[in-house]
Amino acid sequence: MKACQRVFATLAGFALLVSVLGAQTMQINGAGATFPNPIYSKWFSEYNKMKPQVQINYQPIGSGGGIRQLTNQTVFFGATDGPMTPEQLQAAPGKVLHLPTVLGAVVPVYNLPGTKAELKFNGPVLADIYLGKITKWNDPAIAKLNQGVTLPSTDITVVHRAEASGTTYIFVDFLSKLSPEWMKKAGVATSVNWPVGLGGKGNEGVSGLVQQTPGSIGYVELIYALQNKISYGTVQNSEGEFVRASVQAVTAAAGAAVKNMPKDFRVSITNAPGKGVYPISSFTWLLLYENPKDKAQSKAMVDFVKWALTDGQKFAPDLGYAPLPAEVVKLEMAALGTIKVS
Amino acid sequence: MFKGRELGFRLGTGIVAFLVVVIVAAIGFELTRQSTLSLGKFGLSFWINDIWDPVSGEFGARPFIWGTLYSSVLALLLAGPIALGIAIFLSELCPAWARQPLTFLTELLAAIPSIVYGLWGIFVLVPIVRTIQVALPEPLRALPFFYGPPVGVGMMSAVLILAVMVIPFTSSVAREVLKAVPMSQREAAYALGATKWEAIRAALYYARTGIMGAVMLGFGRALGETMAVTMVIGNTPKISLSLLAPQYTMAAVLANEFSEAADDLYLHSLIEIGLLLFIITLLVNAGSRLLIWRMNRPATSRKRVSVAAPVGEAA
Amino acid sequence: MNWNALRRIRSTIVVWLCGLAVVLALVPLAMILFFVVTRGIFSLNLAFFTHMPAPVGEPGGGMANSIVGTLILISVGALFAVPVGVISGVYAAEFAGTRLATMVQFAADTLNGVPSIVIGVFIYGIAVLPVKQFSAFAGSLALGVMMIPIIIRTTEELVKLVPMSLREGALALGATRGRATLTVVLPAAAPGIITGIVLALARIAGETAPLLFTAFNNRYFSTSLSQPISSLTVQVFNYAISPYEDWHRQAWAGALVLVGLVLLCSILARFATRRLERLQTGQ
Repeated sequence: MKACQRVFATLAGFALLVSVLGAQTMQINGAGATFPNPIYSKWFSEYNKMKPQVQINYQPIGSGGGIRQLTNQTVFFGATDGPMTPEQLQAAPGKVLHLPTVLGAVVPVYNLPGTKAELKFNGPVLADIYLGKITKWNDPAIAKLNQGVTLPSTDITVVHRAEASGTTYIFVDFLSKLSPEWMKKAGVATSVNWPVGLGGKGNEGVSGLVQQTPGSIGYVELIYALQNKISYGTVQNSEGEFVRASVQAVTAAAGAAVKNMPKDFRVSITNAPGKGVYPISSFTWLLLYENPKDKAQSKAMVDFVKWALTDGQKFAPDLGYAPLPAEVVKLEMAALGTIKVS
Repeated sequence: MFKGRELGFRLGTGIVAFLVVVIVAAIGFELTRQSTLSLGKFGLSFWINDIWDPVSGEFGARPFIWGTLYSSVLALLLAGPIALGIAIFLSELCPAWARQPLTFLTELLAAIPSIVYGLWGIFVLVPIVRTIQVALPEPLRALPFFYGPPVGVGMMSAVLILAVMVIPFTSSVAREVLKAVPMSQREAAYALGATKWEAIRAALYYARTGIMGAVMLGFGRALGETMAVTMVIGNTPKISLSLLAPQYTMAAVLANEFSEAADDLYLHSLIEIGLLLFIITLLVNAGSRLLIWRMNRPATSRKRVSVAAPVGEAA
Repeated sequence: MNWNALRRIRSTIVVWLCGLAVVLALVPLAMILFFVVTRGIFSLNLAFFTHMPAPVGEPGGGMANSIVGTLILISVGALFAVPVGVISGVYAAEFAGTRLATMVQFAADTLNGVPSIVIGVFIYGIAVLPVKQFSAFAGSLALGVMMIPIIIRTTEELVKLVPMSLREGALALGATRGRATLTVVLPAAAPGIITGIVLALARIAGETAPLLFTAFNNRYFSTSLSQPISSLTVQVFNYAISPYEDWHRQAWAGALVLVGLVLLCSILARFATRRLERLQTGQ
């Protein structure tokens, strides 16, 4: 019995100590897209070094999850790569602001041991692969785009996201613009009814599966392909050029959108017009309530976003993201002013 | 006064004990309450429909029910005989000095966290399965059982991992059941000139309901296993007979999609899957307990066979 | 004659097959332990125990926050699971045969069989949604609910093992039943119960599924019960399915720590039971 009491006393003491220690810093919780996670985790870590009392805990659970948890108010902020739908905005208990943070590219990654050349893709071919109509790597449609490349006769293993994802949104948004059949059969959303393929969890999970599965194809945010040295192909843009994803090509895609940016920043820039444009590009957004309950957190978060939009942008190119155009930053600063901080 | 304190003790402990009953009831209640939308909208068709389409808001659980049942049944087909063999060996055949350590080691399988099985599955088992899959001759791969992309992740990997994970549960209960068989059963067989196996068979026959119970208990475990399966099954809601095709289970879809379901109907559909899983495991567990209990009743020994999980070595 | 030889051969074959079954089960065990130890041991370093996770894709960092998180989660979980489990176990044993006792036994067995992911969904519904906050507390609650049936079972069995004479002695001296339980029966069973608790702790320390949407995860070193918290298992999961070499390395290291923890508890518990048996037979 004494031993029992001792165990309890220790546990109780421990718990008490723990709750006292936890009270000193401000913690802001957020969740959402995995697409911008590399830059967000960099930002939050750098920002924490500057302001140790502010801990921003971001969990990359997928854009759908970000929207869901924001709507449930289980997190303070969300993040997504596919803008919230009008129904989702309606379902939220308060007005939600979309704030673009950086731009990124989704690239088709593949694992073809023995094929050194960079493969070329276009919208219809990618759509047919993901519809299950193209099943072999040496299919005439792929061969036609890649003349001179010897393609193996192996089966294509299609990898997609297992959960609701903004990366998926960007990818299928692009597919839908170029393949009416995709639009009809699968549609555009953060998660779709996949005709074929394996599900991986997060950009991390898809990269991991592609990396481990010879003969596979997947789609991930550029940085995941770069950091893990997975091959990725070029994609044909609306001008007919095959463009390799890069910071410049993504910035070029944003160029067109800047002139007629809608007030709420919810804009799609896939298959954007213009030379040198990478066609599977997108903004990625932070989601904040305009009038949140906790004003102290609101203030800290607005300060952070201001930093991210200015000083924070310098981290973007190294991680494969394109910094925001100056015009967009200006518009956002104005929008940030509408968020209640007191 | 004395009587009052007596009652106080019973009441005090009784209230806490009742809390446990309340928790179980609350799980059922909460899962039902949170899935009203899909219960109302889809009704029974939820069980039969095989489309899982968050875009158009159409949800059917059949692929997950199939994946869960198929993987668990296959795992038990594999694990059942092995677990029974272990139980027989440890209770009837093993030399006394080796019994303790071997029991400890086999039950250690139950103590290894699910996530560690999953980690081992991704990096060790899946590549092995993939190598075998690639090496399969072409005609064999055309069979419905072996059809599928050579990826390694899929039903086969999940079944292998599940089998290993349920072995300790089934074998430890089967061992207890065999222990509860009166010595006289075996002695009678030996007296009639039976060989070792024949004596064991007599004991097995005597214990058959309890052994069924042990297998069912393992089945219940396999149904609810989450992490290890999620990591190796491929997460694809497609019904297939193939051992090599990627599929999905009820527990895995909860782990992957629960915190990310974007609208209420989607969330409620997921929770209804949780409710189904809860009901199925409840029935399977109750069934297995009933079998073990029935087996125990005629044996006059008062010792009750414990169905509690072996944790390393059950205390 | 011939028939008898056949019978004997058949018997020998079956005996060997049963032995083979044991070997078949020990092969995966050996493989798992081999990989966890060989891959984990080279990945373990001081940084693993003292550093926070590094930003995505940057090598280095550790799991200090997750290790502390797991310890907090299981301690707080035990804090309420132990009293509830022990008291319910005592009730189930002392009032065995009553309707409530049977219900408690049934509830405990049912709870033991409920898939851990379902417990996670349940706790999300009752402890995350209403307060609109993922929290270490919710995670502990989920783990505690998983601990309860194990503790009930252990307590019940051990209390039943306490010799009737001990109890009767106390009652004869005029103690109430409650007093007899508290001062005689429980102390006699305590070492065994504590062993059971240690084993239960080891088991829930390895749980991942119920934490995914209760305790969530945290990039920082957090000790607050009202905030999300990191845990070894969730971190190992996130790292395992990621594409980063360095994260894989850390996932193996995390697995080694987990397995080490579980093994240590199992062996300790085994040792304790042995000593306990010797003590009891010595008296």
